[in-house]
Amino acid sequence: MKKIISVLVENQAGVLNRITGLFSRRAFNIESLAVGVTDDKNMSRITIIVDSGNNVVEQVEKQLNKLVDVIKVRTIEENHMIGRELILIKVSANTRTRQDILNVCQIMGGKIDDVSPTSMTLELSDTTEKVDLFEELLRPFSILEVARTGLVALQKGHGAI
Amino acid sequence: MKVRATKAIMECLLEQGVDTVFGYPGGSILNIYDELYNYQDKIHHYLTAHEQGAAHAADGYARSTGRVGVCFATSGPGATNLTTGIATAYYDSSPVVFITCNVTEELLGKDSFQEVDITGIAMPITKATYLVRDAQTIPDVIREAFAVAASGRPGPVLVDFLKNVTALNVEIDYEPLPKKKHIEEGKLAALQKRMGWGIRTPEPDPEDVDKLVAWIKEAKKPFIICGGGVVRSRAHKEFTRFAEKMDAPVAITLMGGGGFPGDHPLATGMIGMHGSQASNIACDTCDLLIAVGCRFSDRVALDPQSFASQARIVHIDIDRAEIDKNVKTDHHIIGDAKRVLELLNGRIGRYDHGGWKAEVFSHDTHVPVVESDHMTPDQVLRTIYSKVPKDTIVATDVGQHQMWSIQHFHFTYPGQLLTSGGFGTMGFGLGAALGAKVGNPDKLVLHMTGDGCFRMNSQEMATESHYDIPVITVVFDNRTLGMVRQWQNLIYHKRFSQTDLDFAPDFVKLAEAYGLKGARVENLEQLSAAMDEAMAWGHGYVIDCKIDTDEMVRPMVGGGSPITDFMLT
Repeated sequence: MKKIISVLVENQAGVLNRITGLFSRRAFNIESLAVGVTDDKNMSRITIIVDSGNNVVEQVEKQLNKLVDVIKVRTIEENHMIGRELILIKVSANTRTRQDILNVCQIMGGKIDDVSPTSMTLELSDTTEKVDLFEELLRPFSILEVARTGLVALQKGHGAI
Repeated sequence: MKVRATKAIMECLLEQGVDTVFGYPGGSILNIYDELYNYQDKIHHYLTAHEQGAAHAADGYARSTGRVGVCFATSGPGATNLTTGIATAYYDSSPVVFITCNVTEELLGKDSFQEVDITGIAMPITKATYLVRDAQTIPDVIREAFAVAASGRPGPVLVDFLKNVTALNVEIDYEPLPKKKHIEEGKLAALQKRMGWGIRTPEPDPEDVDKLVAWIKEAKKPFIICGGGVVRSRAHKEFTRFAEKMDAPVAITLMGGGGFPGDHPLATGMIGMHGSQASNIACDTCDLLIAVGCRFSDRVALDPQSFASQARIVHIDIDRAEIDKNVKTDHHIIGDAKRVLELLNGRIGRYDHGGWKAEVFSHDTHVPVVESDHMTPDQVLRTIYSKVPKDTIVATDVGQHQMWSIQHFHFTYPGQLLTSGGFGTMGFGLGAALGAKVGNPDKLVLHMTGDGCFRMNSQEMATESHYDIPVITVVFDNRTLGMVRQWQNLIYHKRFSQTDLDFAPDFVKLAEAYGLKGARVENLEQLSAAMDEAMAWGHGYVIDCKIDTDEMVRPMVGGGSPITDFMLT
């Protein structure tokens, strides 16, 4: 089962290293990881997705709580959070296919970021499933390059970590 | 007030009550050593033969005194030489602050001479590491480092100063602050408020305590394990009272030695791989197991599935991350062992478990004496134990002699036994013994070792001799790596691959070369005479005890096996 671990940490050198190190040396596999500074520039939020048994997630949470650079840790269930991922995707495009690609992009609510005579670069921010679908729909046009951010997430409602 | 950065470092150490430092100088840490020259009346520095020895000495000092140990080393190889010592302290939760210096800011990250990313290297073996690039943060960082090392579940912390931060022309604002006030200032104040448990000591939940009180009432066959947490918390008195009120048999783990008197009528001896029959069978048959400050390592809970399978397992620990990590428990109480036991002692009645005790103590609590025509480890230990004061501190290395020493000596107070339990560091003993003697000048300190271990850090005899730190080293000299040979004997069909140490040096001559005295003993009369001489002489002494190559540690349960599957009894 997938669990999302949201970690508030001090925004300083070496913290990410410390956290990922904790995962690897306890043989926990990180599926996705996103890091960014918060509204308070002294703090960063790290969103980590792990896919494994309950016990593992619990262990990770406890170990994270022991690090002095970690301010708060919260595990969020999949249906209690708003999660978004950003994809940038470059596909082959010519005069014949450009309109079809545009259609896919519009249906999915994406954006065109760049066009060249032989390619188009598109952008979409949505749930992981929608982003997967977007990628799938564009595959027939021949994908040249993909960059995905990994999920960032906040819990639903007023509650804050 | 404005003070020199290095002076601020020394003043911050004095704030912590530091008067003893073990270390080794070098290029990058020259500035700190230059300042130390001004402070030599207040801070006594012990120059070891090798940084690893300094690390073990600071660790031994910390374990035996309950204070935070301090160790200095320079950048690069100086820092990496500490790492085994840091890991040793980490696995046994010993509070030590390691202070290293690195190259200057403009040389950082350029593979400069003697540069190494020691904060990166030490990350998995410390509670925290700090790279100090801004001199103004010195007071905050040092105060935090000591607080983190000593609080909660103790452990080592590493502080790495860039050389330019310690330059003698750097001045910073420094205001003296008594230790009690540290927690109210700077980052420590923020740390204290956090959700996590980095530096807080959690107060036990009264409901959790109530639940255990009820279970104790229901139990017919209670059994208690005394782990290293009892020792670190110095909760031996509370623990003993708890065991006596419950009238329950008590086993110690290797790290629990000193947490419960070894000669107490409720003591069943050690538990686990080399645990006594009484301990291991009690663990297997009890209906309530209370583990205090023990982490159910693979040397105790050899097979986690079958471990105490008939019992409700209750885990008392200060570190939440230990709960359900190795063994699935039925209940836990988070808190400092001393505090939890105080609460429990106030709540539980007096019990009488005579029938259950009779059942447990019908099994051996000690290793049966084997008659032999040559000198056995058992006889060596009995002879030594009969001669030394009962509060003698025992530092061991790792292997057979370690297990024998713990099986035969009765430890009665925390810090009396210094042994590398978690990390199993060969070569730990001599450094640790020196640190313990420096911290406890009035006590006799024994260093129990094997010929394999002694060779690893025997150069610390130079430190022992130079500072005249009188430690008695007892070498169980079987001319082999005994514990490895034992496994080869039992599991690897007597294929003794690379375990012969027949070419060992003459330890007596080696001791003499360092200015110590030594004696080779082959029988108990010689041993007895050597012990008398060693204690009367009052300086460093090495006793080389020749024992048989094929001696084994008994009992023994194989790794991963159910705890009562004895390979050897």
